[in-house]
Amino acid sequence: MLKGNFQIPLSDMATGEGATLLVFKGGRMVNNRLASLGFTPGARVSMVQNYGRGPLLVEVRGACVALGRGEAAKILVERSTHE
Amino acid sequence: MNDCHETPNRNAVPLTAIGEEIPLIALAGQPNMGKSTIFNLLTGLNQHVGNWPGKTVERREGSFHYNQQTFRLVDLPGTYSLTANSPEELIAREFILVEKPAVVVAVVSAANLERSLYLVSELAALGVPLVVALNMMDVAAKEGIQVDTSLLEEALGIPVVPMTASRAAGVRELLGVVQEVLDGKRVPAPQPPEVRSDHQEVWKEVEQLIAPYVPAPYPQSWMALKLLEGDVEAARRMQAALPHDVWEQVQILLRAHDDAFLAVATGRYEWIGRTIGTAVTQHKIGQIGWTERIDRWAAHPVWGLFILAGILGLVFWLTFTLGAPLQELLDARVVVSFSGLASRALATTPSWVQGVIVDGLIGGVGSVLTFLPILIIFFATFALLEDIGYMARAAYVMDNLMHLMGLHGKSFLPLFLGFGCNVPAIMGTRVIDSWPARLLTILIAPLVPCTARMAVVAFIAPAFFGGNAVWVSWGLVMLSLLTLVIAGVLLNQVIFKGQRSAFIMEMPLYHIPNGRTIGLLVWQRSFSFVRKAGTAILAMSLLVWGLSYLPGGDLNTSFLARFGQLVEPVGRWIGLDWRLTVALITSFPAKENAIATLGVIFGNSSEAGLAGLLASTFSMASALSFLVVTMLFIPCMATVAVIKQETDSWRWTLLSVFMLLLVSVAAGAVAYRLASLLGF
Repeated sequence: MLKGNFQIPLSDMATGEGATLLVFKGGRMVNNRLASLGFTPGARVSMVQNYGRGPLLVEVRGACVALGRGEAAKILVERSTHE
Repeated sequence: MNDCHETPNRNAVPLTAIGEEIPLIALAGQPNMGKSTIFNLLTGLNQHVGNWPGKTVERREGSFHYNQQTFRLVDLPGTYSLTANSPEELIAREFILVEKPAVVVAVVSAANLERSLYLVSELAALGVPLVVALNMMDVAAKEGIQVDTSLLEEALGIPVVPMTASRAAGVRELLGVVQEVLDGKRVPAPQPPEVRSDHQEVWKEVEQLIAPYVPAPYPQSWMALKLLEGDVEAARRMQAALPHDVWEQVQILLRAHDDAFLAVATGRYEWIGRTIGTAVTQHKIGQIGWTERIDRWAAHPVWGLFILAGILGLVFWLTFTLGAPLQELLDARVVVSFSGLASRALATTPSWVQGVIVDGLIGGVGSVLTFLPILIIFFATFALLEDIGYMARAAYVMDNLMHLMGLHGKSFLPLFLGFGCNVPAIMGTRVIDSWPARLLTILIAPLVPCTARMAVVAFIAPAFFGGNAVWVSWGLVMLSLLTLVIAGVLLNQVIFKGQRSAFIMEMPLYHIPNGRTIGLLVWQRSFSFVRKAGTAILAMSLLVWGLSYLPGGDLNTSFLARFGQLVEPVGRWIGLDWRLTVALITSFPAKENAIATLGVIFGNSSEAGLAGLLASTFSMASALSFLVVTMLFIPCMATVAVIKQETDSWRWTLLSVFMLLLVSVAAGAVAYRLASLLGF
């Protein structure tokens, strides 16, 4: 399997899927806000709701966070191989 | 100012101070942790709501008694971190560092300790005496999470008090621990978090470079940390304090490590992980609570919109079945009988005294105050929806539509509030975290048709359009909203260059509403509206009355009429004669004044008579133009005052006024020409 299949933007995760956060880079404000909400490398994230367009809901560190699609597209995650 | 050195040795409270001066306690915490509930529990009505100096962030301060002693309590703005991303975060940390409260109570949620301890990890680096209020023990228990308080206390090095603030449990214990810390019986000594190992070296390097120059009261290692995080405020301060070459060196280091913010945040979460690892026995992972079950509907892209529409419909229904009749009752009974009473009581005084009191004071301020029932209904339903946690869902499902204007979901909430009154709408824009998005929302908010404007429409439309009045009214509302969207899209392109602010928002768990929290919120918001009516609106009412009375005591020859005649050419162009033009101008203090003014000009006839009189005087095209302009006209005086207050800029305030003036006149002209062409 290609490595690319495992590393995907957060916005490509399907509802119910789990992954590990790798890295992200947005603007300064976005960076700090995401980091303080618990989006840090190595953190487990799971997709609560993703309908393919519009904002999505992600669970990270025990809290549910709404993200705009643009923000989610800038976060790179690694899919869990077994799910 | 006693100059104790930077080392985190905290003996902040001199024992002698107790009894002499009132100890200052600060409440800190992330949003949705129940911080306000604790604040309300402690202070009750002994609280004062104002603004932080120079900022449009709400400042809540109060006092309470414990053991025959008075304490001052300041509620710091709810923030996720203390990095200067928003005015709230800057306010919170500056307050702690500069005002040095005797104790900072950090409110965290037992149901989500990992995330909520993030703020504590930041507070621990500031060297203030900390007490952790471990709130929401009931929610945690329900979700099967058990927190060993003493283990947590030991791991943190900070006293921890378990609480369930929604049931007032644990408050006395919290105060007891605060007292012990004040008395020096317990000394909080947290071990502040480190940066993730791969960035510790650069952290030390930065610290060494800046150490001799860091101004008081900022701890050196903290300042170095903030620079690594890319904190603009820290950078601004250090650029000013550092010699140019040192600043250059720091800049080189920071540029080479522009991902250091991740190492800093990771370091804090590692610290949190070590702390709770021993104290929390059961992690909740993949638990499906009822929040998630409700959200399958409430946050669904399609059903969520239906649910939102249903809720909004319910709010409107409540407003019009309960609020509007009450408003009319107040207007017809209370205001009119007050006017009558005042006229009789003042019968022997000169006519201008009667004018000031009856027309200026009671007519102006009184009629604005009659909108209070409608506002209370809006405030109460909003506070309820906010308290149970629904508002975040409303913002979430509206996000897509708001993107059209370069805004995101959060802007929807204040705009909706605007249907009641534009004043709370503009104040409500404080929930929007980015300034450009907030400014844009403030600029378009006056285009939401408020109840006062709807009152004018409800009076004029049936007189001219009979059975079609409903459709005309509906069309006018749609026209306003369409104008709002177009204005939003254009302003976003022209002023904000199409930039789009990020949508990042926590979805709190749903919970049972707290009557006390809602009641206090409604009380505070209503009170601030009444206070505004008593000051700014009062002044303006008197001014307008003066202009309509002077110099001769006759409206037809007054300054106001002369002004109306002066601008009549513009009025003519959109089909309004000087009377309608003056009515429009006097709608500035309060929109519904337009009818009152027409009543005065047409000779105090009863309102039913006035409607008929108007219909026989003006053409349908003129009436339509008048209604269109009324809907889009410059915001009312109270709204303008709040725009000035919230933007803190005359430039934006005047831009808003001129933009709406232009838009309304243009739309009026189009409406008049079209209607005339069609032969109305």
